[in-house]
Amino acid sequence: MTARYSWRAGVGFAVGAVLLFAVAPVALSDFRLSLLAKYLCLAMVAVGIGLAWGRGGLLTLGQGVFFGLGGYAMAMHMKLADAGPGEMPDFMQLYGQLDALPWWWRPFASPWFALPATVLLPMLVAFLLGSLVFRRRVRGAYFAILSQALAAAMVILLIGQQGTTGGTNGLTDFQGFFGYDLDDPVNQRMVYFIVAGVLLLLLAIARQLMLSRYGELLVAVRDSEERVRFLGYNPANVKLVAYVAAAGMAGLAGALFVPAVGIINPALIGIVPSIEFVIGVAVGGRATLLGPVLGAVAVAWAKTALSEEFPAAWTYLQGLLFVLVVAFLPGGLASLVRMVRRRRPPPDPAPVSPAPVVSPQEVRA
Amino acid sequence: MSGLVVRDLRVVFDGFAAVDGVDLEVAPGDIRFLIGPNGAGKTTLVDAVTGLVKATGSVRFGDDELLGRPVHRIARMGVGRTFQTATVFEELTVLQNLDIAAGAGRGALTLLRRRRSVPVSVEEALETIGLAGLRDKPAGALAHGQKQWLEIGMLLVQDVKLLLLDEPVAGMSHDERDATGALLRVVSADRTVVVIEHDMDFMRSFANTVTVLHAGKVLSEGSVAQVQADPAVQQVYLGVS
Ligand SMILES: Nc1ncnc2c1ncn2[C@@H]1O[C@H](COP(=O)(O)OP(=O)(O)OP(=O)(O)O)[C@@H](O)[C@H]1O
Ligand SMILES: [Mg+2]
Repeated sequence: MTARYSWRAGVGFAVGAVLLFAVAPVALSDFRLSLLAKYLCLAMVAVGIGLAWGRGGLLTLGQGVFFGLGGYAMAMHMKLADAGPGEMPDFMQLYGQLDALPWWWRPFASPWFALPATVLLPMLVAFLLGSLVFRRRVRGAYFAILSQALAAAMVILLIGQQGTTGGTNGLTDFQGFFGYDLDDPVNQRMVYFIVAGVLLLLLAIARQLMLSRYGELLVAVRDSEERVRFLGYNPANVKLVAYVAAAGMAGLAGALFVPAVGIINPALIGIVPSIEFVIGVAVGGRATLLGPVLGAVAVAWAKTALSEEFPAAWTYLQGLLFVLVVAFLPGGLASLVRMVRRRRPPPDPAPVSPAPVVSPQEVRA
Repeated sequence: MSGLVVRDLRVVFDGFAAVDGVDLEVAPGDIRFLIGPNGAGKTTLVDAVTGLVKATGSVRFGDDELLGRPVHRIARMGVGRTFQTATVFEELTVLQNLDIAAGAGRGALTLLRRRRSVPVSVEEALETIGLAGLRDKPAGALAHGQKQWLEIGMLLVQDVKLLLLDEPVAGMSHDERDATGALLRVVSADRTVVVIEHDMDFMRSFANTVTVLHAGKVLSEGSVAQVQADPAVQQVYLGVS
């Protein structure tokens, strides 16, 4: 069984790689390809949500926070790199409120700090928050509301500190990405390839986590937290791992979003985008590996396509979509695939044994 | 093997004492049945011993005081329980259920890897509880009795030294009861077992000692014959059934 799974997964990853690395770059214009890069970043967040929510039952309605932490960390580094050694970023000079770079900007000048920070900073925040929340057994709606509140607070903080964060405008107008000119279409393609590669890597990690013993334990915690506790596990730690992993993925997604799209601002990380991340996952099928990715890309694509023509209608349509999926297809579109598969006759029915066969020497378990 | 010693145990819900000063001693290797009418406090007693509800007094298992510790720590000290309504992980297979139960001591690296082979203890438990042929079936698809056996199997691989079973044969057929009773006997060979049960026939067949609870207090204690002969017991309990 295991062998069949890894064989199928190998084929799946190969097909995905061919589509992302060979077909898409040829079939799509530069403009479409950079849009796809953006969608794939959102899909990375979805992979994490699929793990934490789909498998772990944690309704992560505040992933914008982690996406934002990763995004701002990367954007700060790129701003400082654009400005050159010892200089302040253009927007700070423009506002003219500051004489020197704030202390908390300084470490981001170094790529050795900024790059790990895009992942580790969100993971650290998730670890601290998760430790507090899961030990206190905050669950379900309370956890979701708390996550949303955190996203709102982060937006308020960013907007309030305009002089050092760029406020509502966020951080934008990047020239280079580690020495490569971002205006050059060739380099934009390179960013796309990095994004696609990282997404496949995150999928591989998520798959390993889901198939591991930890993945089984996570499902057990989702379905019966109390029972797991009576087996000698602390469910808080089990949830924490999934939550922190999802935060790291969202952080990495935010970090790559910045060179791919060229901006990070509060409107991309607040309450609404945080909900949109989850909607994509719900539509695609939260408990599967690929469902969240496909759902996120589909919803983001629909948003671009429809909001160009009917900007006001999209919000309602998205809400409707979410309600329909939750009400009629709780497993998401992925469950349709499963339903079709189930039509086929099952393989060998397991033999039924009538009662326990007890013999004393067998019980020295 | 260790025994269970409960002293002056009290559990109060909003001023109502569900367990009202219970003293209880279960010898190592005993099969103790805990009986009593509905609402007597049997489940609450087990809840207190396993850390699910707050209680005062003292609960010692071997040399360890259990009261005041979190549920998962008590479980790791070798105390396991089942629930009145069987709770298994319905979406996971029989094998996965047992494998999780066997794994509380696993390190991070083992957890992050896939299960390549079935642990010996799990394999043995599958045979013992008679579910070896159903190992890859989702636990949610098992019959009621099979779920109860799976729960007992989970306690076996968890390697608990004290089993607290809450109505393990409720809803079982006659044959299933006998099989479960035989299972209890084998299990108690090197473990201490406490069984909450309403079924008097089952108790007569498999109990070693019996404690009768009534309104949160111990009403009577002794062998099956002693308890049955106790007029107080006949009045509140056996008389009714
Ligand atoms: N969480 C709770 N809050 C308030 N009262 C409770 C709670 N749990 C149990 N009780 C009450 O405590 C008393 C003892 O309940 P318990 O479940 O221990 O009885 P029991 O002996 O297991 O009964 P049964 O044979 O019906 O399972 C009952 O009166 C019950 O209503
Ligand atoms: Mg009860």
